[in-house]
Amino acid sequence: MEKLNNEAILNLIQGAFPNDVLFHEEPYGLLTMEVTAAKGHEIIEWLKNHETLSVNYLTNIAAVHYPEEAGREFTVVYQLHSWKNLFRLRIKCYLPKENVSIASLVDIFPGANWMERESYDFFGVEFIGHPDLRRILNEDSMDYFPMRKEYALEDDTREDKDDRYFGRNNQ
Amino acid sequence: MSELKTKEAFAQSTETIDGNIATINFGPTHPSTHGIFQNVLKVDGEKIISSEQTVGYIHRAFEKLSERRPYNQITPITDRLNYCSSPINNMGWEMTVEKLIGAEIPKRVQYMRVIIMELARIADHLICNSVIGVDAGALTSFFYPFTEREKIYELYEEICGARLTTNIGRIGGFERDFTPAFHTKLQSFLKTFPKAFEEFDSMLARNRIFMDRTKGAGPISAERALAYSFSGPNLRATGVDYDVRAMHPYSSYEDFDFIIPVGVNGDTYDRFMVRQEEIRQSVRIIEQAYKNLPEGSYKADLPDFYLPEKADVYNNMEALIYHFKIVMGETEIPPGEVYHSVEGGNGELGFYLISDGGRTPYRLQFRRPCFIYYQAYPEMISGMSISDAVLTLSSMNVIAGELDA
Repeated sequence: MEKLNNEAILNLIQGAFPNDVLFHEEPYGLLTMEVTAAKGHEIIEWLKNHETLSVNYLTNIAAVHYPEEAGREFTVVYQLHSWKNLFRLRIKCYLPKENVSIASLVDIFPGANWMERESYDFFGVEFIGHPDLRRILNEDSMDYFPMRKEYALEDDTREDKDDRYFGRNNQ
Repeated sequence: MSELKTKEAFAQSTETIDGNIATINFGPTHPSTHGIFQNVLKVDGEKIISSEQTVGYIHRAFEKLSERRPYNQITPITDRLNYCSSPINNMGWEMTVEKLIGAEIPKRVQYMRVIIMELARIADHLICNSVIGVDAGALTSFFYPFTEREKIYELYEEICGARLTTNIGRIGGFERDFTPAFHTKLQSFLKTFPKAFEEFDSMLARNRIFMDRTKGAGPISAERALAYSFSGPNLRATGVDYDVRAMHPYSSYEDFDFIIPVGVNGDTYDRFMVRQEEIRQSVRIIEQAYKNLPEGSYKADLPDFYLPEKADVYNNMEALIYHFKIVMGETEIPPGEVYHSVEGGNGELGFYLISDGGRTPYRLQFRRPCFIYYQAYPEMISGMSISDAVLTLSSMNVIAGELDA
């Protein structure tokens, strides 16, 4: 079988979902696509069941917070892997801060369970259809999502330390 | 054989043992968890009906911390993921940054890294496998390999001065070349280790009691393991030969001849045997890498990222500037998005890094193999006895540091 290159993969996906691949690039050779959040689940399921592509392995799920990008503050990044064709694939779904929710992948990949719980725990991404969406690493009583950018790592109100000489600005 | 049947029959039988469902806390601190995590087991007699894990007891916010640290200060954080094989984590991170900045790494550095990463894999697997022995009741087989592990730690010391949390190497190579003492110690290790290892192997691998205890304990099928995104020895024990070293070679792994061992049943015994064979293969890789160790520099030519020699810092203006820029974290990092993975002690250890060009990563996520495969634990021990659950846990090599980040 001929090895699939990124262009061929992209063509196949765009052929099946003509309106849903919003943007694509290849940073460091890894095909990265932005797809409509509503279709994320469907596209990943299609990729998994596709005969030639056969994207059989969910490598990881990461959430990213971009507070400056109005209307698309949150990103859920799926990294997938096809062992038959030996290519990796990154799929991004952007979500607005008013409604940070996306369909859960647990029905396709059971291993997504904890990965999604982690993204919920740290970023507050709601995964619709997740069987048990609870915090996982942080304490249950925590009432905020600590990896969001508005939470600085150190307390900004501290006055006992002068961090300027370490390249940190405490204004 | 008979034991395998008994365990299966035990798991599949629907008759209740005494009808009283009891709840048992296995952990958070329990000698057999080898780390701090809790399992709430519902048991009927000694048979596990269901279980639920709680993790996060030693969560240290590594991902958040990384968003405030310059790149070279993140290496010590990676030590504390899988602390049984920290050099692999360190080098995985260094290679991720090198990929981001597009650095060219000399062949010698790549081979040196392979030698150290394989030593780390041996140390990791030795601990895991000897601990399976302990949990099955064989303490001798725990002490014997520690002599050998000590030698590996001495080798780390010779390179970086530390033993457990190594912070080994730098972005772009090593602090210094292998010292003469390292060469002597490595040669003697390569000479004595195989014999000592076979002695350890002979204590457990064909031991009747050990086999009866481990065969059929905590099995998982290849399909389920894949669905749960397993990787590493736990996946290979089910018969799937996925290994990042072979599928996406990094650091010149394509130059070496080695076998990827696989199991059949995905049970505790297979996981043990896969790790044993991987140790032998690691020795083979080290021998090849050491024999063909290329001449050249122990560091890449990266003045922007690699700290200059101390003597130059005092005598050379440019070196002084670079020294300060690097220490203060003012090096210029290109914006970009990169995923790099290495075959860690437990499987695919990945680093997903987003840089916005600032002095620290914008987002750094660790793909921690432990965290991902530990979620299958309730499924694996369902229907087993408590003693099998203990063995399953130790044979999965769940490392709390990696689990909780």
